[in-house]
Amino acid sequence: MKKFIGFVQKEFYHIFRDKRSLFILFGMPIAQILLFGFAISNEINNVDIAVLNKADDKNSIEIIENLQASKYFNVLEELQSEKEIEKAFQKGKIKAVVTFEKDFAKNLQRLQASKLQIITDATNPNIANTITNYINSILTKYSHISLKQNTSPELVGTESRMLFNPALESVYMFVPGVMTVILMLVSAMMTSISITREKEVGSMEILLVSPLKPITVIVGKVVPYIFLSIINATVIVLLSVFVFQMPIVGSLSWLALESILFIITSLSLGILISTLSSTQQTAMMISLMGLMLPTILLSGFIFPIESMPLPLQVISNIIPAKWFIIILKSIMLKGVGFGFFWKETLILLFMTFVFLSISIKKYKIRLA
Amino acid sequence: MKIVFIIIRKEFKQIFRNKAMIPIIFVLPLLQLVILSNAATYEVKDIQVAYIDHDNSISSRLLIEHIKGSSYFLAPIHFETSRQAEEVILKDKVDMVLEIPGDFEKNIINSQHPQIALRINAIDGATAGVQNVYIQQIVMHFNKNIQLKNKTLNTFNQSFSKTESIASFWYNRNLNYKTLMVPGILVLIITMLTIFLSSMNIVREKEIGTLEQINVTPIKKWQFIVGKLFPFWVIGLLLLSVGLLISKLIFNIPMLGSIFLIYGYTSLYLLVILGMGLFISNFTDTQQQAMFIAWFFVVIFILMSGLFTPVESMPTWAKIFTEFNPVAYFVEMMRMVMLKGSNFQDASRLIIKTFIYAVIMNSLAVWSYRKKI
Amino acid sequence: METTIKATNLTKSFGDFTAVDKLNFEVEKGEIFGFLGANGAGKTTAMKMLIGISKPSAGDAVVAGYQVSNQAELVKKNIGYMSQKFALYDDLNIKENIQFFGGIYGLDSKSIEVKYNRVVENLGLQDYAKQLVRSLPLGWKQKLAFSVALLHQPKIVFLDEPTGGVDPVTRRQFWELIYEAANQGTTIFVTTHYMDEAEYCDRISIMVEGEIKALDTPKVLKKEFGVSSLNDVFLKLAR
Repeated sequence: MKKFIGFVQKEFYHIFRDKRSLFILFGMPIAQILLFGFAISNEINNVDIAVLNKADDKNSIEIIENLQASKYFNVLEELQSEKEIEKAFQKGKIKAVVTFEKDFAKNLQRLQASKLQIITDATNPNIANTITNYINSILTKYSHISLKQNTSPELVGTESRMLFNPALESVYMFVPGVMTVILMLVSAMMTSISITREKEVGSMEILLVSPLKPITVIVGKVVPYIFLSIINATVIVLLSVFVFQMPIVGSLSWLALESILFIITSLSLGILISTLSSTQQTAMMISLMGLMLPTILLSGFIFPIESMPLPLQVISNIIPAKWFIIILKSIMLKGVGFGFFWKETLILLFMTFVFLSISIKKYKIRLA
Repeated sequence: MKIVFIIIRKEFKQIFRNKAMIPIIFVLPLLQLVILSNAATYEVKDIQVAYIDHDNSISSRLLIEHIKGSSYFLAPIHFETSRQAEEVILKDKVDMVLEIPGDFEKNIINSQHPQIALRINAIDGATAGVQNVYIQQIVMHFNKNIQLKNKTLNTFNQSFSKTESIASFWYNRNLNYKTLMVPGILVLIITMLTIFLSSMNIVREKEIGTLEQINVTPIKKWQFIVGKLFPFWVIGLLLLSVGLLISKLIFNIPMLGSIFLIYGYTSLYLLVILGMGLFISNFTDTQQQAMFIAWFFVVIFILMSGLFTPVESMPTWAKIFTEFNPVAYFVEMMRMVMLKGSNFQDASRLIIKTFIYAVIMNSLAVWSYRKKI
Repeated sequence: METTIKATNLTKSFGDFTAVDKLNFEVEKGEIFGFLGANGAGKTTAMKMLIGISKPSAGDAVVAGYQVSNQAELVKKNIGYMSQKFALYDDLNIKENIQFFGGIYGLDSKSIEVKYNRVVENLGLQDYAKQLVRSLPLGWKQKLAFSVALLHQPKIVFLDEPTGGVDPVTRRQFWELIYEAANQGTTIFVTTHYMDEAEYCDRISIMVEGEIKALDTPKVLKKEFGVSSLNDVFLKLAR
């Protein structure tokens, strides 16, 4: 045990000696969570659009004014003909064009229905859809107010309540995601690199011939990173509460326990990667190229897993981040107890077990 | 020139010698392109509703039928009490709970405007918003149908003047997310691979000790740098070629613009990324440091590229930031040329920005590479 | 005799600390010059200035006819260097390393082929030619590194503790290679911690705290200090 503590101490020295890495280790997660917390969201504001007004009459001008006045749109240019639409999109400045037919106002009086067209750049379907919805609702409002249109009183109304996130804040969605991605990548990357580094430099052999058991060596290398990751996790949670006003409805101790579990899962994944690679380069490329995009895309961090095709939903089950995000949301936003996330917890425990047993087996083979 | 060639030859040999790296460089990224392009979708479908029906009338059942009939919704699940329904929403088994009040039918007939209570799991705010819109549409539809049935109500409302809008979605009529994601993810994997490889490269020689040996040879700075980066430049373009092939053959993504423009631009873009990688490599002492820094920037560049979340949704300062994000340029460029058929002139703004970026990054890289201590 | 290295007041300081303090010495063509000193005495720093990868803070040195202060690249063309850390690419094989290092010194492929055959033959590496350098025993790696440093027929070869961790037989063989090169007129500038190796040198210098405290042939030095071995000379000075 004394030997072990000495070994852990040595690892801490290594880490603290390298000031630059230390700065990166702590500075980066903070910078990232601040940046993403403020910058990433799904709400769309201030979209540049163009109009093609062939009518140029009272109603069409009023509608354009309404569009301009809303916080969603910024009418950037007035086009003169249909031909210019294509060019405008190709230049990439605007995302939508609203066109008014000739005699827009007149048709409104006479035929009681006049047409306008919403053309969107659907290369990003999400934006296109949202823009169309926004414009439509502005039109509806305009019809109600300006045309004094008497809509039929709704027979049945609805009263929607948004649970867990009443203001529909994107931050609620992204903070758990960012936290997961950071913990996952930092932990997995750090351990895989630091172990392969010893292998590459040759000091691993020295450690392995020492009276320390291989398992002690590995655990000793990992322990300091557990501490570092816990500090990181704490900082992220503090930032999300005090900077982003994220609630933590559930129990703090569960949050801490589950975070430690996830950190250990990520670290054991790092150990596994290090057993598979002989150079730092390989270890880094596996943990970065292999983990980054799947962790971002298949964890439910940005894209809802339920919307994915079935095979991908199945694949997403092997992404540890997915389960941790579910746990985080359950604790932080829903405030439910262990009864609601014991399954996810078991899955993470199982993954950790699998990662570690494969690693230990691999090491034994190498030593034999 | 000959010396550059000798360095390039050596680099290629080393890259291909490391058997573990070949799948990482060539298979892993393309596999991700094929698989992950399917994952990135904001489409909301298969919404699961739990409902409690306190009325149990023809009208209430009709409403549930309406939901069942919608392509966005799965068949709603019935619960007796709202406690039970709440529990399943906590367990993420359902997306929303719908509660039909007692006397629902009676109140409709009496024009009492009964209210249906909806509780939507809104942790993912964007999705919840869309789900809310869909359910509202169903209720509206339900209202209309009831109106048509009960001729009791006058229908003159419908003849009121109103504006009608026709939506047309250009360049992607079916609102297919893959059209956006395949070129986008291709951009990401090209960027990640080249920046990681290049930022690790020189610092690796530093760590192993071979860089000192190189420094005592008469190799010129530019020869060394060009020789080092050229192989990654080739790998980047190779990845682009296979990626474009995949996007055509597997995903049938259109290529409206000039493919030469794509290649020309990518060649330029890779200079930005490689210069950046080299700069990181020169600036750090160990591969570990280099990787952390590269990772930091890559995550920021990716999440703020406008690919996964729209640039339009960012606050002003973040929008300004994307003006300095090369990944955002490349994502935009691919979208413009491939999907909209933009030409050189349309894209000139991006090309000029990328060019300036390339000049700056490579000057920094050359400046920071010292043969002397 | 022709002078190939001439240091004049060669100095390097880092802030307040003077690592190398006003070195003055000359080395002649074909000479084997031993550069001794305890760890931290400033040997490596001095050597780095001589091979053109570190700029002198003051003073200068002429190496192979060029000043290290402002003609470093020309110096590099005319010298060979072998560092204490094995610095060939261990993921390339012998031939590929020779092709690479020969190539960057501007040798054409024909003469590289000739040199390669000679190296393999001289070192008896025929059986290992196709193997990655990584798999060679340390002693052979060192001999190979030395041969690679000589590929472009430099006027001077700098060896930084070339025989660290090598068995006595191999060290003996290594020194035979050094003698062979010196006989052909190559100047050898070598740092070492082995006193028996120092005995093999034509002249040696001993550095203590950034200064050269003794410089002469091993024989004269032993006589001057009145001791029977270089080891004692070294101990007397270092104390």
